[in-house]
Amino acid sequence: MNDGIKLSRKDFLKIAALGAGALSLTTGGLSLFEGCTASRRPGTMFFSEDEIKLTEAIAEQIVPADDWPGGRDAGVANFLDTQLIGSYRRFQQDYQKGLAGLEKSCADKYHRKFEDLAWETQTAILQDMETGRLDGDVWKNGFSEYFFELLRAHCLQGYYGSPRHGGNKNYISYKMIGLDEPQIVGENRSGI
Amino acid sequence: MSNRHVNAVIVGAGAGGGVAAKELSEAGLSVVLMERGDWASYDVHNNDELLSQRTTVLGNAFGPDDERYRRVVVNDDGSTKVVVASENDYNNVAACVGSGTVSYGAMAWRFMREDFRMKTTYGHIEGSTLADWPISYEELEHCYEKAEWEIGVAGDAAQNPFAAPRNKPYPMPPFAYNKEAKILESSMRRLGLHPFPIPMLRNSISYNGRAACVRRRSCCGFACPINAKSGTHNTAIPAALSTGNCELRTNCIVNELVTDGNGRITGISYFDKDERKQVQSADIIIISASATETPRLLLNSKSKHYPNGVGNRYDWVGRNLQGHAYTGAFGLFEDDIFDDVGPGATIAVSDFSHHNPGIVGGGILANEFTRLPYFFTGIRPTGFPKWGKSHKEFQRKYFRKNVQVVGPIQEMPFFDSRVQIDPSVKDYWGIPVVRLSGHRHPKDVKGCEFLSSKAEIILKEAGASYTWQSIGGKGLSGGQHQAGTCRMGDDPRTSVADKYGRVHETPNVFVADASLHVTNGGFNPALTIMALGYWVAGHIAAEWQKGNRFT
Repeated sequence: MNDGIKLSRKDFLKIAALGAGALSLTTGGLSLFEGCTASRRPGTMFFSEDEIKLTEAIAEQIVPADDWPGGRDAGVANFLDTQLIGSYRRFQQDYQKGLAGLEKSCADKYHRKFEDLAWETQTAILQDMETGRLDGDVWKNGFSEYFFELLRAHCLQGYYGSPRHGGNKNYISYKMIGLDEPQIVGENRSGI
Repeated sequence: MSNRHVNAVIVGAGAGGGVAAKELSEAGLSVVLMERGDWASYDVHNNDELLSQRTTVLGNAFGPDDERYRRVVVNDDGSTKVVVASENDYNNVAACVGSGTVSYGAMAWRFMREDFRMKTTYGHIEGSTLADWPISYEELEHCYEKAEWEIGVAGDAAQNPFAAPRNKPYPMPPFAYNKEAKILESSMRRLGLHPFPIPMLRNSISYNGRAACVRRRSCCGFACPINAKSGTHNTAIPAALSTGNCELRTNCIVNELVTDGNGRITGISYFDKDERKQVQSADIIIISASATETPRLLLNSKSKHYPNGVGNRYDWVGRNLQGHAYTGAFGLFEDDIFDDVGPGATIAVSDFSHHNPGIVGGGILANEFTRLPYFFTGIRPTGFPKWGKSHKEFQRKYFRKNVQVVGPIQEMPFFDSRVQIDPSVKDYWGIPVVRLSGHRHPKDVKGCEFLSSKAEIILKEAGASYTWQSIGGKGLSGGQHQAGTCRMGDDPRTSVADKYGRVHETPNVFVADASLHVTNGGFNPALTIMALGYWVAGHIAAEWQKGNRFT
């Protein structure tokens, strides 16, 4: 598992600003579906069929299933797919570059797709991405760490944010932590 | 069709500008209040964490938007990056009627006497432009009182032995402690500290025609669905409009001050909601657009008479940008503490605000606002996994069993922390944007380490099974507590405005927001900004009634 990861003391303070810092406006001018040439799964808006399978596998690694559903069943990939044509349009190029890079890294080293690899192997690959240890030109100049942080933050948003954005299906993460949601008029909206 | 000339135009309908609009229109001046945003509406604001003013990952719930607003940030290595409005580095202040007072946590702090006399209290600090304010706490006291009574504060100052003297109590009784605060109260008392209920710009009882608070978890960062939170949008601005003397223009983007051939500022030019360029002429111009946008407007107003921008003859506009590094500690407990009584923050100590050995200033320590689920994913002990199985387990195990004690450290003003105008990047309207650069003074880190260590002691005493500190940042300061960029002072060579907020170089241009702060206290600044609104506009109104037309 990823318990061996060493973090800086202030990493979590930056959480409210996830995605801040490393990007510029240069990706802001993309049209909605630019670069999205592969076949899309019916119902997806940004991801191709392959990309959504890969994204689901990543989301499951970020928030694994245990007694409670993981990122895949909570609809995290749907959250990402929704946001990438909305608030996260500016990250479209990063996702296409990063997901393609990950598939290539897996193909080069394991001759298999990421989602078909063993759970522990997937975890190790993501740990390598997090710490900038993946081979390949695409990961150079800090893109590896940057893209992992993007994925990590966005997956956590999809799992723990409001269901209205496409993730946290059936308020599952709120139920898991015992948070009374949704708030019902006349029931729990005013809590004292 | 040109706009009718008015006595005063105010740029920015936030904490300072909203108050100024009320004071001037009640004094009989004709006023136009310009706001770049719109009224916040219930249609778009609910309890969605990812679209709150506290967690802006999917955009700024109360503006400004990512499509039209951008800024340039200078990195430590001198390189630059362009950031959109919802990114942390943008240093956003809300763009709506009432600005941050709609969605703030609403702590209602008065600064202490020492906060107005930092240089006298602590002496010269190497590398800092630390100075005294040109006004004292005693001079501003009646303005604090007005803010507390007209906008509405709940609290009990008698429980805080460190509070500066006051003439009147708060108009509303304090809020009851939540469970987190009750646990901390006994711990603080055992340590010999002096806990008290945080004064809040929020109704603990029905007040001024608005309902009492119902303690929702989604309060800090959100609009109140029952209007129990007090801001200028539901107090001063409606009062201004009801005089018949004030017109509010929303969705209007002011781009520069208009100067005539003699160097007199005659008004402002702006883009209206239909993006038409317009001019509003006025006898008096009051800028209350925030400590980043106020200097931007002055610096963007270059002309023959003001080649470096208005008020910038001595290169002080935009300097000394400061905010608050937040610093503190976390504790994990064995028992449930989360009681879902919002907004969470209810208890504070002011024991560490001043006179700490080896520390310049200090700050309050308080229990933190409710940590909502996504926010809580970022709260893990040092070195703990940021994802995966154990990260999820931690979320499940400790969401209801954690306590956070945190406070804003008083920052040392730093001349090279600054707002400039970027030479090339422009916003949607073609207006050159803010360029931010600089970092905090090394003393601030010392203050943070000191305050965090105290926070951890409180948590240990409270019985936490595990504690860890978080130390406030060293980088560029600003954020929602941004201040200091048009400091007031008696000497035009070392300040931008005089003690009444009047820009030294001009007879009729005033600043009325946190830009005026010489220092920013170890407290949330909202009530002080409101008090300055009363102070500046009260002076203008009194002079106006004596016949002074500021020519």
